[in-house]
Amino acid sequence: MLKNNGVPSREELTEVKPSRERLQQGPVVIVECIQEIPCDPCYYACPRGAFYPFSDINSKPEIDYDKCNGCSICIANCPGLAVFVVDFTYSEEEGLLQIPYELTPLPEKGEEVVTLNRSGEEIGTGRVVKVLNTKKQDRTAIVSVAVPKEILMEARHIKLRREGQ
Amino acid sequence: MLETDLAIVGAGPAGLAAALEAANRGSNVIILERDEWLGGQLIKQTHQFFGSKNEFAGMRGVDIASHFTELVEQEKKIKVFKGATALGYYEDGVLTAAYKRGMLKIKPRTLLIAAGALEKMIPFINNDLPGVYGAGAVQTLMNVYGIAPGERVLMVGAGNIGLIVSYQLMQAGIEVEAIIEAAPQVGGYWVHASKIRRMGVPIKTRHTILKARGTREVEGAQICEIDENWDPLPGTEKEVSVDTICLAVGLSPMVELLWQAGCQMQLSPHLGGYVPVRNGNLETTVEGVFIAGDVAGIEEATSAILEGQLAGLAAAQKIGFEVEEEKIQSIKANLKTLRAGPVGEHIRQGLAGVER
Ligand code: SF4
Ligand code: SF4
Repeated sequence: MLKNNGVPSREELTEVKPSRERLQQGPVVIVECIQEIPCDPCYYACPRGAFYPFSDINSKPEIDYDKCNGCSICIANCPGLAVFVVDFTYSEEEGLLQIPYELTPLPEKGEEVVTLNRSGEEIGTGRVVKVLNTKKQDRTAIVSVAVPKEILMEARHIKLRREGQ
Repeated sequence: MLETDLAIVGAGPAGLAAALEAANRGSNVIILERDEWLGGQLIKQTHQFFGSKNEFAGMRGVDIASHFTELVEQEKKIKVFKGATALGYYEDGVLTAAYKRGMLKIKPRTLLIAAGALEKMIPFINNDLPGVYGAGAVQTLMNVYGIAPGERVLMVGAGNIGLIVSYQLMQAGIEVEAIIEAAPQVGGYWVHASKIRRMGVPIKTRHTILKARGTREVEGAQICEIDENWDPLPGTEKEVSVDTICLAVGLSPMVELLWQAGCQMQLSPHLGGYVPVRNGNLETTVEGVFIAGDVAGIEEATSAILEGQLAGLAAAQKIGFEVEEEKIQSIKANLKTLRAGPVGEHIRQGLAGVER
């Protein structure tokens, strides 16, 4: 459980999962923010109004998944690095995972990386498709990784395979 | 003798916010800062801040520090003494400080103590070995001086500071062996816990450190599980191989000046230790002496900024400068919302016991 070791349980995760149908329709945001904390930048970040207005700054974010087009703007705006975008329609076998990334060196386009789950266990590999690091993101890069669809809802971090990493 | 409308001890988020508000209403302000830079702990905070979008959320602490520093340095009504350590505040209303091998004497019409906090220590065998650090010291080494404290770290404490400093260590390429926490739950925000956990760092709740190993410096540590009464569980001892032990086991308000000034003090475990009794405007029981930030109770930087603004305005109002009541009320309302959730519960409880 999150509160005991930082790893969300199945039940905790169902709370933040879009419907199966929505997941099959294309890129969509996953907001793994399951605690009431005084924080609200995600709400202001979304240009499409996909976050419902916070009734109180301590409320948990709630999302109208039909308004979200998976543009990924909100990812770099979350100080908790709790926002991801997944796309099950990326290709026949692969899904696309977009994660916030604040380590150096940054991965490069085309690089093969190890994928890690929420406990930090290695669960496979992925291929970096894009690395976005604009001024507006304020040093939180967004890395897009193509991964097998089976692990798209498990993989949440990557590890580079370079020397000394 | 220097004279001023407001003297502020401490140029962290609370002190700087207070200086700007008070100067904005017409007060002349003197700031005393022990360090050679302004911004206090903010300058070590490389992560984006939580809180409300209206109060710097999403900005990194270090950038908030530069923002404030720039504004303060531009403001002609504010005079800053860096490297000045406040020493005492006396019956005749004189504040003294050690400065450049001499002494400053200031007679302020109002005084704000925003001195911040001290790191707590916990007892375990060999806790005086080189390689045992407070989390604040590790942050200073890394983020102010660019020095790695070690290669492999055991973090003690899973509050926000322990979690954030662990993340910063990983960003600096230093390994974190584990984060141990005596409580059954992660005390910091769970999003911070998750982001370190998925980088592969285990978070062990209900664990404590028994001893540091090593002769001249830390070479390892012995940790163990604890039971519901917080007693070590025999047979669960485990050795970890680390060269650095980082303690993030809490902060206590740095209140010496307030004791010495004669403020009524009260023990409040929820707020981190002894804190001054205060009114709704953050004025202590000694008239004209205000508090803001961690000195008033250990909390996050966002509330320190709001408290600073409130105390700065209240101090200006106290000596006759015009301050709109709505402004004061809106800051109080913001503070209230910030503290309204479950993570603010201990603050609410603590404040209920010290506000008069
Ligand atoms: S991915 Fe884009 S559309 Fe979806 S919630 Fe984030 S910012 Fe809004
Ligand atoms: S910005 Fe991130 S941490 Fe803050 S409320 Fe939104 S999802 Fe949660």
